[in-house]
Amino acid sequence: MFKQLTNNQIETVEVILNGQKVQVPQGTTVAAMALTQGLRFTRTTPVSNSKRAPFCMMGVCYDCLMSIDGKANQRACATYVQNGMKIETQQGVGSALGDGSGE
Amino acid sequence: MNNHYQLLIIGGGPAGLAAATVATSHGISCALLDEQPAPGGQIYRSIESAPEQRAKKLGSEYQHGQDLVAEFRKCDADYFPRTQVWSLNAQLEVGILHDDKSKIISADQILVASGAMERPVPFPGWTLPGVMQAGAGQILFKSAGVIPSDGVVLAGSGPLLLLLAWQYINCGVDIKAILDVTPFSNYLLSLPKLPRALLAHHYLTKGLVYQKDLTLAGVSTKFGVSNIKAEGDDLLQSVRYRHFGREHTIETDLLLTHFGVIPHIWLTQAAGCEHQWDSSQQCWRPQHDQWGNTSIEGIIVAGDGAGINGARSAEHAGRLAGLQALFALGILTPAERDKQSVNVRKWMQDERHIRPFLESYFAIPQTILATDDNDTIVCRCEEITAGQIREAVKNGHHSSNDVKFMTRCGMGPCQGRQCANAVAHIVADAGGQAVSLTSHYRGRPPVTPLTLEQLATLSKEDA
Ligand code: FES
Repeated sequence: MFKQLTNNQIETVEVILNGQKVQVPQGTTVAAMALTQGLRFTRTTPVSNSKRAPFCMMGVCYDCLMSIDGKANQRACATYVQNGMKIETQQGVGSALGDGSGE
Repeated sequence: MNNHYQLLIIGGGPAGLAAATVATSHGISCALLDEQPAPGGQIYRSIESAPEQRAKKLGSEYQHGQDLVAEFRKCDADYFPRTQVWSLNAQLEVGILHDDKSKIISADQILVASGAMERPVPFPGWTLPGVMQAGAGQILFKSAGVIPSDGVVLAGSGPLLLLLAWQYINCGVDIKAILDVTPFSNYLLSLPKLPRALLAHHYLTKGLVYQKDLTLAGVSTKFGVSNIKAEGDDLLQSVRYRHFGREHTIETDLLLTHFGVIPHIWLTQAAGCEHQWDSSQQCWRPQHDQWGNTSIEGIIVAGDGAGINGARSAEHAGRLAGLQALFALGILTPAERDKQSVNVRKWMQDERHIRPFLESYFAIPQTILATDDNDTIVCRCEEITAGQIREAVKNGHHSSNDVKFMTRCGMGPCQGRQCANAVAHIVADAGGQAVSLTSHYRGRPPVTPLTLEQLATLSKEDA
């Protein structure tokens, strides 16, 4: 669906996306990384279990909620990749909205 | 970060940056809070870090941000990137989240330069993965050099759609089609506004050049399209549309839509500033005077968050707001403020010649704004459909807030940002009343969801 234009000047970091190690350019948002990795959906909804993916990329739609380093309900489009970050597709509510008790 | 500033600016787009540069030249204490990691706002996003190649492909309007940001970097404002503002009140206190810690700071003057967001317009299938807003496509391109790999369909109406298409062909993206939903009647209705728009003809010329480049690149643009549907079982597979009375389907895994932009008003709402329905811009915006003063003393607005006028205009409005803040702080006399604003005001007027024409040419038809497809989800968070909203209106609920209370529409994590406008239109349509009478959702702090841990840091600091 998406690809990243090559930019050799930029350093990469390693993140773990749904258990897979991935090299990503620094300064990329988690949402951009997930999209370029071919992840077609990044969460399922609590109401009907439907698949959703990032929609606005500017932090206003909250459709890109993912589980990041054990914390559910993180906006993937407002979170930047960091070395060793663990990112997972979120199923339903995850933990209660943003209570951060996912560890 | 101090606990108090003379001027606090919220937002690092053109309005906020220009205001900071003007205001700090008079030696006041000023902080700029920015949700993004670097200055520029969405319009000039990543302008400092984007490789030259990418900046070129994004075009000259994008590159214009370089000087603006460079000037801001030279000024004395304290800059706080990656900082979320979650509340603002009439006592001029601001709740912020920085480094995962919450804090309340205050100021003598607060400039809200919150910018714009894409107008969310519900249509069948718009929640499917693979459907995104055109602005999202642009942000991916600007901030990460990410572009569609297997083709894309662009649909909707507005200058951004054309610009994005042009930026995409610059790097060889396969645009399967542009589905333009601008009704033909808009062409006629906007004609009377054309003479004034000609005063800002560079915008018109640019639009024509983009269109010509797209034609040369072999991109097919369908004008007068209606009934757009995103289809697929649980992921986008195809886009269906009507064109001259016939149904067509295009297979695609990516659809980017654009229906214009609206001011981001959640903070001014939460603060209790008066807002009004702007029927020409088809959105709610804070009421303000020619300096940006809102109904609450000490809260100023500038840029697209005050009403949509584009990036260049936002820059000028930011300068005016900066001067106004200096006046309110007792640093400039009214005469000095007025004198320094003469040129800025003139430039801003020049910029605005194009707006009435654009607003009327790209006005989104009511049939699209207030979907009559009862199965279409309107509230993406709580999955409330247009049918449920119409049902609530039928049962006697004639304001958006009542409908919200009855249906849970707008009560999810986005706090109504994605459905407020659509609900207003549907409530107006179903109840046979003007949109201005439907009332906007009441905004309440926190305007972004905070975790208990984050709130806990606040009480600790207060204790
Ligand atoms: S994609 Fe909309 S909030 Fe992240």
